Amino acid sequence: MITQTIFYMLIVFVGTGGELFVSRAMKSIGEVTDFRPSAIARAIGRGMSHPSMWTGIFFMAVAFFALLAMLSMSKVSFVFPSTALSYAAGAVGGKLFLGEQVTKQRWIGVAFVCVGVVLVFLGNK
Amino acid sequence: MTAQKGLHLKTSFLILIMISVAPLGDTFLGKGMKQVGSWEGWAPAQLWHFFFRAFTNGTIWIAVGLLLSYFIAYLLVLSWADYSYVQPASSASYILIALLAHFVLHETISPVRWLGVAVICTGVLVVGHTPPKSPEQPPV
Repeated sequence: MITQTIFYMLIVFVGTGGELFVSRAMKSIGEVTDFRPSAIARAIGRGMSHPSMWTGIFFMAVAFFALLAMLSMSKVSFVFPSTALSYAAGAVGGKLFLGEQVTKQRWIGVAFVCVGVVLVFLGNK
Repeated sequence: MTAQKGLHLKTSFLILIMISVAPLGDTFLGKGMKQVGSWEGWAPAQLWHFFFRAFTNGTIWIAVGLLLSYFIAYLLVLSWADYSYVQPASSASYILIALLAHFVLHETISPVRWLGVAVICTGVLVVGHTPPKSPEQPPV
């Protein structure tokens, strides 16, 4: 149970932290408007030159290993919905670290996601 | 107004790719990890054997390929859309994960868990009706 809780925390909080860093790196290159493969590769290459991208990828890799471990112990139909709690962490992180304006409607949506996660946990009993 | 529509259209297109590919990748990942076997412990030898078994499993690599495609779509959409919009909007994939888990992996899903997935998707729909980009963003 303790091991599963550790993996769960790593997936939710370290994974979300990684995504916030990746988001910061991609915002720094500006909006991608050209969707030809070469242009996509160049855009991702520019993102890779930002230190935040590598910090983000490292955090996301840690979360991925934790996800693998958790999947070896629990059902897919439990693991993925339960980690939706990262959406609440993402909304808070988006506001605090990326300066995003999270509207009231978006908070309501996040609240629904959180209630759904609680139900998924209750459904696991 | 047209620019806003264009923004919504390309955001929706990439999110559609994300919510199609990610559940498939997640299902393959779950199937692969069941083949690998359960987590044994934190000792270095146990860790090594666990991850060695995981990364020499073909199903895991199919999953990694699918999740990499998801990640590229995710990176592109994040170049303009808010993280706090993209993240919940892409969670629509949870209903597909639940369906794939039930029909492909033959997992038993309790009614309460189905309800939880439905509530998560409702939250996603609410978020999906907000603008993908904050009107004014300070430089990052």
